[in-house]
Amino acid sequence: MTSEILEMRSITKTFPGVKALQDVTLTVRRGEIHAICGENGAGKSTLMKVLSGVYPHGTYEGEIVYDGDEVRFGSINDSEAKGIVIIHQELALVPYLSVAENIFLGNEVRGRRGMIDWNKANHEATRLMERVGLHENPTTPIGQLGVGKQQLIEIAKALSKDVKLLILDEPTAALNDHDSEHLLGLLRQLKDQGITSIMISHKLRELTEIADTVTIIRDGRTIETFAMTDPGANENRMIRGMVGRDLEHRFPERESNVGDEVLRVEHWTVHHPTQEGRVVIDDASFTVHAGEVVGIAGLMGAGRTELAMSLFGRSYGRGISGQIFKDGKPIDVPDVSAAIEHGIAYATEDRKRFGLNLIQEIRSNITSAGLDRLANRGWVNGNEELKVAEEYRASLKIRTPSVTVPAGKLSGGNQQKVVLAKWLFTTPDVLILDEPTRGIDVGAKYEIYTIINRMVADGKAVVVISSELPELLGTCDRIYTLAFGRITGEVPVAEATQERLMELMTIERDAKDKAS
Amino acid sequence: MTTTVAEVGVGVRNLVTRNVRQSGIFVAFVAIFVLFAVLKSEFLSPGNLTNIILQYSYVLILATGMLMVIVLGQIDLSVGAVVALTGAVAANVVIKEHAPWYVGVLAALAVGLLVGCWQGFWVAYVGIPGFIVTLAGMLLFRGLTYMVLGNSSLSPFNGTYYRIANGFINGWFGGYGIDVFTVVVFAIAVVGYAVSQWRTRRARIAYQQSVEPMPLFLAKLVVVGAVVLWFGSQLARSRGLPIVLILLAALIIGYSIVMQRSVFGRHIYAIGGNLNAAQLSGVKVRRITFWTFVNMGVLASVAGIVFSARTNSAQPGAGNMFELDAIAACFIGGASTSGGVGRITGAMIGGLLMGVLANGMQLLGWGQSIQLVIKGIVLLLAVAFDVWNRRRAEATR
Repeated sequence: MTSEILEMRSITKTFPGVKALQDVTLTVRRGEIHAICGENGAGKSTLMKVLSGVYPHGTYEGEIVYDGDEVRFGSINDSEAKGIVIIHQELALVPYLSVAENIFLGNEVRGRRGMIDWNKANHEATRLMERVGLHENPTTPIGQLGVGKQQLIEIAKALSKDVKLLILDEPTAALNDHDSEHLLGLLRQLKDQGITSIMISHKLRELTEIADTVTIIRDGRTIETFAMTDPGANENRMIRGMVGRDLEHRFPERESNVGDEVLRVEHWTVHHPTQEGRVVIDDASFTVHAGEVVGIAGLMGAGRTELAMSLFGRSYGRGISGQIFKDGKPIDVPDVSAAIEHGIAYATEDRKRFGLNLIQEIRSNITSAGLDRLANRGWVNGNEELKVAEEYRASLKIRTPSVTVPAGKLSGGNQQKVVLAKWLFTTPDVLILDEPTRGIDVGAKYEIYTIINRMVADGKAVVVISSELPELLGTCDRIYTLAFGRITGEVPVAEATQERLMELMTIERDAKDKAS
Repeated sequence: MTTTVAEVGVGVRNLVTRNVRQSGIFVAFVAIFVLFAVLKSEFLSPGNLTNIILQYSYVLILATGMLMVIVLGQIDLSVGAVVALTGAVAANVVIKEHAPWYVGVLAALAVGLLVGCWQGFWVAYVGIPGFIVTLAGMLLFRGLTYMVLGNSSLSPFNGTYYRIANGFINGWFGGYGIDVFTVVVFAIAVVGYAVSQWRTRRARIAYQQSVEPMPLFLAKLVVVGAVVLWFGSQLARSRGLPIVLILLAALIIGYSIVMQRSVFGRHIYAIGGNLNAAQLSGVKVRRITFWTFVNMGVLASVAGIVFSARTNSAQPGAGNMFELDAIAACFIGGASTSGGVGRITGAMIGGLLMGVLANGMQLLGWGQSIQLVIKGIVLLLAVAFDVWNRRRAEATR
């Protein structure tokens, strides 16, 4: 038995046009808790998908040595057979099935003649739950348990597969402090039982508590691996590693010319739509001025999208309180059409699901939010619509043979331009752009930044929500940081560094309470 | 401006690819039409063509409303029962209460409106899927029909009500064996079509958009004009212009324009294509859903009036399976099962295809059983063709 349970050597994974992983090396010692950290999009999840066989052997370069042998996984079943189990951030549980049914889903306890032996299954489930510190009835539907307990059930499910290497992707992102503590305690117990864990997390404090070794990944490359027992190992070193890239000329120049206040939000509080009592946005206040780009920096799960969508006609959440001011006057925005009337636009982070009608023509997508402007007594002027679509195609450089092509046929960057065209056509005063460059290539990013610059040059106020710090530093005048539903800081871009922002973005709730 | 043969060729190909979803079914329709014309000469006779219109008008009316519901991403299973209920109400008013025919019509329309409001409320504001709401409606309205009719049929209507579905306009300008009035109406329709096409073309040119080459444009006008005039002259040789055809034409043209050019219609496509995106674009999803179901209810009552007038009675079992015919017409005509795609003209061709099939098979003396089998196969093949076609289109792009 070697001391390394896993060695991933020179892993390179390319998607069309993008190198997601480049020469990544990861070495995990037997029986340790190994943390992987990096920004969103750094390649952590891709690496774990390579390891677990989601991307089968042959679709990547490099080799994986597991338990001393080179392995070539063709699917997730192959890796599970070897005891590698991955628990994704979005739990893969069926809410209406019972605890036992979920634990043994796809791996059913067979009795005689291939029938499921429920007595045995329920007994086994109870035993597995004991190992993760749960005392639930195995016939309870999973949906009735909280997220924290569901997370533990996932681990119990992994144990049922005789796990040797457990991979957890952001396991505590959706958990409260108490449940997180419990989960971390459990990981330590599993470690004592000889189970190795790989954990991806944005909660650096948590990682310093639990991890034995940390590997930092940035832009698809391994930056460094160090043991937490090193004298220099602390949160700052992680932050430096995660963001330590220099800003090249990836952003068009812009003369900043900030005018009057356009939008002010005060004491904005939003509750989770289904989970009673969970506060998603906690007392957030911020302002945006004409001709200004304001950034909102936050990691996954900080509440960025929830903040924007709740402001945009209460499209998210419930129990919303607080006040929005537009040009100094309080306004009421009960639904999306009211938001559009007040000159607020919101371009979603998930353009395929929430931004575009992919089966409809580009022109109908461009005019879908401002159709009334083309209509006379409810009748749309189709020729005028085509003219508008052609104008935006030219001015935003949407690359398509025709505006009558379905939006789904466009590349990501061009789809994003269609989304921007759609909102520009509503002639907004404030544009909230949620991850405007997610999933698009560098060239298209530059064009999007140019469009943003043109918007502010026209005197519009722009809010950019992003988890890519260089993007915020390159485009914004002022940056707010959001952490766990709270605005934890406001930094003028001249004083902002990635390290400073990352620090503010990782302030946890009770840490802030202690500080104040 | 000169146009080469090659340009015309490209134009034809563009015309075909642009309407690829519907052109396949259109070709199938023409093929079946020609097939029956060859197999049975009576098929093309004036009397039979008139019959097809009268016999399938109510399915086409239902398919108009159903297409809108399907594009919205919903379904309405209750329309057959609503046809029965509205016919029963009209019969009660006209036959039992001896009210004038228009009171019966208004009563039926009012019931359709109420039905639409009822179902629209549950779907749009309570959030129950249309499948469930209208499945309940199917039982509910059928039951109400029995109650209104007291489990027995009512007949006959008075002359004017009967004429709604069986009347003809003819003889105004005389003619020997061929009704001049009918021919004139069709000629006016052709001229109107040509003028509107011409104006559309001019507007597109004014907005500097591509238009099909002139020879192709003219050829299209000539072919459509010839087919329409031939059809009109056949009707004129029989009993003249059916009143139902006027109603049908008005509904088809009106709703085609609503779906293509009104904000309401465009919002229906937006909701069916991507509900979330529509909501986040300020589309009032609930309001649009509600009115689409109200519209369906009213159209179902129109079909109910036409059907009761056609059969000259109100029967407890009227309209059975009509919902399936209407739904099939939409899917054969290229509507997508997941919503967001579909055209009124497509649904009409789908409905006519089934009508022509049924009529042709009746003429050939085929039994009810084989007719059902063939209808089922056609529906399946039409949708399979659509799926295959879409996959191919995706692969080539």
